[in-house]
Amino acid sequence: MEIIKVENLSRRFNKFLAVDSISFSVQEGEIFGFLGPNGAGKTTTINILCTLLKPTSGNAYVSCCDTTKEPNKVRSQIGIVFQDPSLDDRLTAEDNLRFHGRLYHLGSEEINKRIPEVLNLVELYDRKNDFVRKFSGGMKRRLEIARGLMHRPKILFLDEPTLGLDPQTRAHIWDYILKMRKETNLTIFMTTHYMQEADVCDKAAIIDHGKIADLDTPLNLKSKYNEQTLEGVFLKITGREIRSQAGESAWSQWMRRT
Amino acid sequence: MSDILAIYVLWLRDIKHYWYDKIRIFASLGQPLLILFVLGTALTPTLQGGVSFSKYIFPGVISMTVLFTSIFSAISIVWDREFGFLKEVLVAPISRWSIVAGKALGGSTVAVMQGAIMLFMAPLVGVELNLLIIVKSILAMFIIALAMNSLGIVIAARMKEMEGFQMVVNFIIMPLFFLSGALFPTDKLPQWLLLLNRFDPLTYGVDLLRKTIIGISNFHSIINIGVLLVFTLIMFSIAVFEFNISE
Ligand SMILES: Nc1ncnc2c1ncn2[C@@H]1O[C@H](COP(=O)(O)OP(=O)(O)OP(=O)(O)O)[C@@H](O)[C@H]1O
Ligand SMILES: [Mg+2]
Repeated sequence: MEIIKVENLSRRFNKFLAVDSISFSVQEGEIFGFLGPNGAGKTTTINILCTLLKPTSGNAYVSCCDTTKEPNKVRSQIGIVFQDPSLDDRLTAEDNLRFHGRLYHLGSEEINKRIPEVLNLVELYDRKNDFVRKFSGGMKRRLEIARGLMHRPKILFLDEPTLGLDPQTRAHIWDYILKMRKETNLTIFMTTHYMQEADVCDKAAIIDHGKIADLDTPLNLKSKYNEQTLEGVFLKITGREIRSQAGESAWSQWMRRT
Repeated sequence: MSDILAIYVLWLRDIKHYWYDKIRIFASLGQPLLILFVLGTALTPTLQGGVSFSKYIFPGVISMTVLFTSIFSAISIVWDREFGFLKEVLVAPISRWSIVAGKALGGSTVAVMQGAIMLFMAPLVGVELNLLIIVKSILAMFIIALAMNSLGIVIAARMKEMEGFQMVVNFIIMPLFFLSGALFPTDKLPQWLLLLNRFDPLTYGVDLLRKTIIGISNFHSIINIGVLLVFTLIMFSIAVFEFNISE
């Protein structure tokens, strides 16, 4: 069953076309990877899918609902880990999770059960009463992941979820996400710059300059472009020039600040 | 039902911020206290009905506290946008009006608490309080706070960066405050200033509070309350509209 469907989706910022008439669909239970260089339009697409941004033209359906016509139905089905920080650092870790649970209509019993579960997952349980502003960059990131999973979404959007995390934590979090997918048929839509992570995708779209350059299984992509790794495929399709963009620098700024 | 819960959660967040940040509670009382005691002592004419100046401006200074706290807490939406937390709220399955209502009620509650601290300075300027006056004043402060919070949210929804904050202070908060008659009687104002005064929603808040605390007023309380509620309703609707048209 198609759980995300995107038709001729475009988004313009003033004159600049950030997403250029893309179409694709994601099956329920699939891990769908969005790979592309900085400024390719990945975050813009995610923002449209999760109802934060209106498309300039085209349609996006998430869990059968039009993202512009029934945004609240879409919102109740999804969880999201944003690329940029989105915690309230003037509250404690537990406050943040409790706040989230209530916004997603969890009962207090469920909230009390889920808080230790997700905090243990990211190994922050003993820091639950600390203010988030005292956390390191990686700890904040882990807390955001815990929060995105807390309400057991049907579809999880991960925008560079493991950026800034050490390898152990990254592996740990992926183990959990994959386990959750097996148990609950979770659908995952993710962007990443770690090509090893992209290998877990069932389907990967290579996006560049707002357009989808190719979309297939990682295996097919590798054989089609005659490369050993997704990294090779990626470089072959998008070229080798470096594009520095706002998203990346905002994150590293944030990491430096914290 | 889920809207009520969302309003409660957003309200609670503002209360927690207030509670965790005790320094701010005291810091933001400095300015009104300064005005009350310095101005109140330096300018000592006796006004209509033998009321001392400091007694006369006391309700105005409380209004000032409510105004400033209200606008500041509404403007914190701009911080939330800058630090990303607003996304967490906007992507949640809650109605947009409940976001505005939660923010308005949270900010208003904080403003009333700050106003109440000022209210209890009453004996220092020779104003006598009783339970009825306290209850009525708190209600009046709440009506003022709702109006000013709704205005603040409308401003915050349009403000993309914190840079614009100084503009808001200079061109909105200060005129609202000085034109409201919080610090002077309005009966001897020239025509043009009187006109501006009548267009300032805070005028009716100050008048309402002055009537409640020291029994002096220009308008009937019903008019004051009516103007403030209508203003709140208009600002609230604009704010909800602005939150609905996410870019
Ligand atoms: N609010 C905005 N206003 C103007 N331009 C924007 C805005 N958001 C994004 N853009 C532009 O749209 C393009 C795509 O940005 P987007 O954030 O979607 O890239 P991305 O693929 O997520 O990149 P990254 O890997 O760096 O996160 C960029 O050129 C960016 O400058
Ligand atoms: Mg991005």
